[in-house]
Amino acid sequence: MTQYLDRVAKTFQDEDQRKSLFNDVKNLLISIGRIAILVGVSYVILSPIIGIIVNSFSSNKDAVNPMVYVLPHEPTLEKYKLVIERMDYLPTMLKDLAYSASLMVLQILVCSMVGYGFARFNFPLKSLLFGFVVVMIVIPGHSIMLPLYMTFKEFDPLGLATAITGAPINLMGTPIPMYIMTVFGCGVRSGLYIYIFNQFFRGLPKEIEEAAFVDGAGVWYTYFRIMLVNAMPSVITVAVFSLVWQFNDTFYANLFLIPENIVISKKISSLQMVIANVDKILEANIQELYLDAGIVLVILPIVIIYCLLQRHFIEGVERSGIVG
Amino acid sequence: MAKKKAKLSLLQKRMRTGYLFILPWFIGFVLFYVRSLIMTGQFAFSELTMNAGEGGYSLTFTGLDNFIYAFRAHATFKQVLTTSIGNMLVDVPLIIFFSLFMSLLLNKKFPGRFIVRAIFFLPIILNADAITAALELSAAMMNGGISTMATEVVENATATSSGMSMDYFIDLFMSLGIPTSLLDYVMAAVARINDIISASGVQIIIFIAALQSITPSMYEVAKIEGATGYETFWKVTFPMVMPHIVTNVVYTIIDNFARSEVVELAYDTAFTQFNYGLSSVFSLVSTIITCIILVVVVGFIQKKTFYYN
Repeated sequence: MTQYLDRVAKTFQDEDQRKSLFNDVKNLLISIGRIAILVGVSYVILSPIIGIIVNSFSSNKDAVNPMVYVLPHEPTLEKYKLVIERMDYLPTMLKDLAYSASLMVLQILVCSMVGYGFARFNFPLKSLLFGFVVVMIVIPGHSIMLPLYMTFKEFDPLGLATAITGAPINLMGTPIPMYIMTVFGCGVRSGLYIYIFNQFFRGLPKEIEEAAFVDGAGVWYTYFRIMLVNAMPSVITVAVFSLVWQFNDTFYANLFLIPENIVISKKISSLQMVIANVDKILEANIQELYLDAGIVLVILPIVIIYCLLQRHFIEGVERSGIVG
Repeated sequence: MAKKKAKLSLLQKRMRTGYLFILPWFIGFVLFYVRSLIMTGQFAFSELTMNAGEGGYSLTFTGLDNFIYAFRAHATFKQVLTTSIGNMLVDVPLIIFFSLFMSLLLNKKFPGRFIVRAIFFLPIILNADAITAALELSAAMMNGGISTMATEVVENATATSSGMSMDYFIDLFMSLGIPTSLLDYVMAAVARINDIISASGVQIIIFIAALQSITPSMYEVAKIEGATGYETFWKVTFPMVMPHIVTNVVYTIIDNFARSEVVELAYDTAFTQFNYGLSSVFSLVSTIITCIILVVVVGFIQKKTFYYN
């Protein structure tokens, strides 16, 4: 004991050792603080998700039992069974994934093209036009929703539809408006993707293209076979963003009245009503459990894709052009 | 001379290809954005009636009637507008500070970094309306067990979950002489911690990317010159991140606005009450106010921003 105390006393007498001890304690405290904050915030993020998963497995009894906290007493899959049936889960999910993925491919092609055009070519009014891209990000979707609705309700490009069929085509209730908007670079958050690609292409060395030109590659060949391949980090970033946001989008889906059997997130909004009306489950608490099961089912594929891509995604974000 | 001419034509060729590359977007922008904005402006000054039979619609010019109705007679518009803007002004600085702080923590190397990052970016992929609503409810329920999901719990969630009396602390701080307005701000922040965390995913990403792009040699210099961690942050990290604070403020304001109640009100007015003119007024007024806020805030920050290049 006295030996130990002696050693402590010695440590305190020696200035260097005192400093290093002080530093050790400081670092320890800082890392404890950091862990505490990270765990705390992670809990805030994860707790509702844990709650939803738990609820989706709870039985009706658990829902009214005040003793139940986090772990249900009688776990059951009955909620999932009913919800899968009512949502027509598998076909709808496949259709929705196909819809979102096809739009994702379009977004990547169109936005990278436009981003490349802004990054590598000089033409008059370039900065003004790029300003318009920023404006596009800034303008909230709702301020143009009515005219968009009108445009696609009576879709008549250059009077062609009237010339052929005698009347404008009503595109409401189909996903076609979404495809048209995306092809013309105005899909869900296209402005942001153009911005990301533009920043990334500007950061790539010009020598790559010059080498391609010297070797006799045309502009389009260079873009598709060389630049797009080099832009993989930002392609992955945009792919994840656009797939997820397209999948989650309800604004355009509601605006264009895209049917529920293509957009599964719309089914979530109506699930509670269906459960109440078709299955005569009228207690709000119990309905909530079914809704939670539905949400777990809907976010499942997205979370899987995210987990598979997340390493690339985060690295891509760090290296890609979100920051100029 | 001949050489110059050839170069010029190459430049022109490049120019034309450049236009070709951005053409699809430009067509879309003119067709869907410019045209739509003009139409929205038109609707705001007219009364719009849908022709039920043959489709189409007709506009009758009513001047400022819609605006006057929105501001003088409409029951909730003014109130919703002010609360939306108020919330925005509370949230934006909080989100910026929070995401900067978090990105500093996440940027360090520590075991399990990838898992923590994956968790932090989860809110980005889960931000659908329906899911958000359910998540909020679930967050409230986690605080009080499944059976206590009354709405009061949602409001008091932050107060009751920890098992201590918030009122006691509020009283304590009040009697310590801390200004009430500051206390209110902190209280509002704590009550919205969920919203703030879920709204700051993209901002954290942008800040992390910014932190990664700072050249390590700067930190080396700072270290050699004997700067403490505190000084390094304020003299190196913060100025280097500053330009991205502008980006983040813009993104946060827009994102916040897109989720605000005014947008919901405009949507409801158009699609459940079919009052398109009034809805256009709501959209227009709120968009213009947001743009003004954007310009003022960005202008203010940009004045203070340090640009490395």
